[in-house]
Amino acid sequence: MHELGITQSIIEIAQDHARAENAAQVLSVTVEIGALSGVVPDAVEFCFEACSKETLLDGARLIIEFVPGRARCSACAWEDQIDQLTYTCPGCGNLSLERLQGEELRVKELEID
Amino acid sequence: MCIDCGCAEHHHHSDEHHHDHTHDQRPSPGGRKLSIGENLLAKNDRLAAANRARFAAQRLFVLNLVSSPGSGKTSILERTLRDLQDEINFAVLEGDQQTSNDADRIAATGIPAHQINTGAGCHLDAHMVGHGADHFDLATTDILMIENVGNLVCPAAFDLGEDHKVAVLSVTEGEDKPLKYPQMFQAANLLLINKIDLLPYVPFDIETCKTFARQVNPAVEILEVSCLKGDGMDAWYQWLRTGLAKKQQP
Repeated sequence: MHELGITQSIIEIAQDHARAENAAQVLSVTVEIGALSGVVPDAVEFCFEACSKETLLDGARLIIEFVPGRARCSACAWEDQIDQLTYTCPGCGNLSLERLQGEELRVKELEID
Repeated sequence: MCIDCGCAEHHHHSDEHHHDHTHDQRPSPGGRKLSIGENLLAKNDRLAAANRARFAAQRLFVLNLVSSPGSGKTSILERTLRDLQDEINFAVLEGDQQTSNDADRIAATGIPAHQINTGAGCHLDAHMVGHGADHFDLATTDILMIENVGNLVCPAAFDLGEDHKVAVLSVTEGEDKPLKYPQMFQAANLLLINKIDLLPYVPFDIETCKTFARQVNPAVEILEVSCLKGDGMDAWYQWLRTGLAKKQQP
């Protein structure tokens, strides 16, 4: 359950930026979570309610943008979506996959008031 | 309950868990949008970088031992410390949710040890390790061993400022652990396959295990050991000596 710590980071980052803008509250926070990041979006949503109480994010909308995994093979140029962490290319079998996306773990955007 | 807080920061989380989903219902008209793009692990990564710089200044070789509970991390450490303590100055940070049992076991070998209890937390983070290291005289230490909480999931995401993660997998577990917990085995530079003295008694295919480990981490080094009987431990000691020598090069 490192999603608890991850969720606290979301709140902390959002509050820091909101305070710097003298915001009274955060209306929404948009977070990118990659399919290969090891973080479960549902668990973050679950933690968000409890962690946001009595912060500038109390009552804010949590918008999670799920980023699918994508990889390219440096041996045979195969490229497609992947949903597991692996180096094995489904095209040629070599251990030569390079990940293009899916490891994102970022606060992307805030809406403040 | 919130174990990832910074030192002096105030976090007043309510202990109540409301499940009324009010945060989904409020529209947000008139809000001002701010583009952020900040990594969620940025704070831990900053603290880890600070640890790494501090350790480098002392030419300290730092290892983060990770595995599931019961794979033999503490037993490997006990034997390593006993066998090498005349040659190398060690210090050990022990991470567990509760008890100081592991630090007590290490302290019994005569090596400086400090226990970090994570409470509700499932992993060590860079902040805990930074403070944990304050308990040692780093100037006279060669190798700092950090035994993480037994957990193959969460510790993978948290850089502690170590030189290498060392994953331990015992032959009483499944050989497909690297595929089931890829983040962890991908993050490790060395994989110790422990309890090989039990290979005659368990259906564990060591070559299959190595193949699986390389599928998630083609560059991983793999050593087979039995910390109980001592098989393979010399290769592990050599790996430690090589890493330390590299670190202590002027």
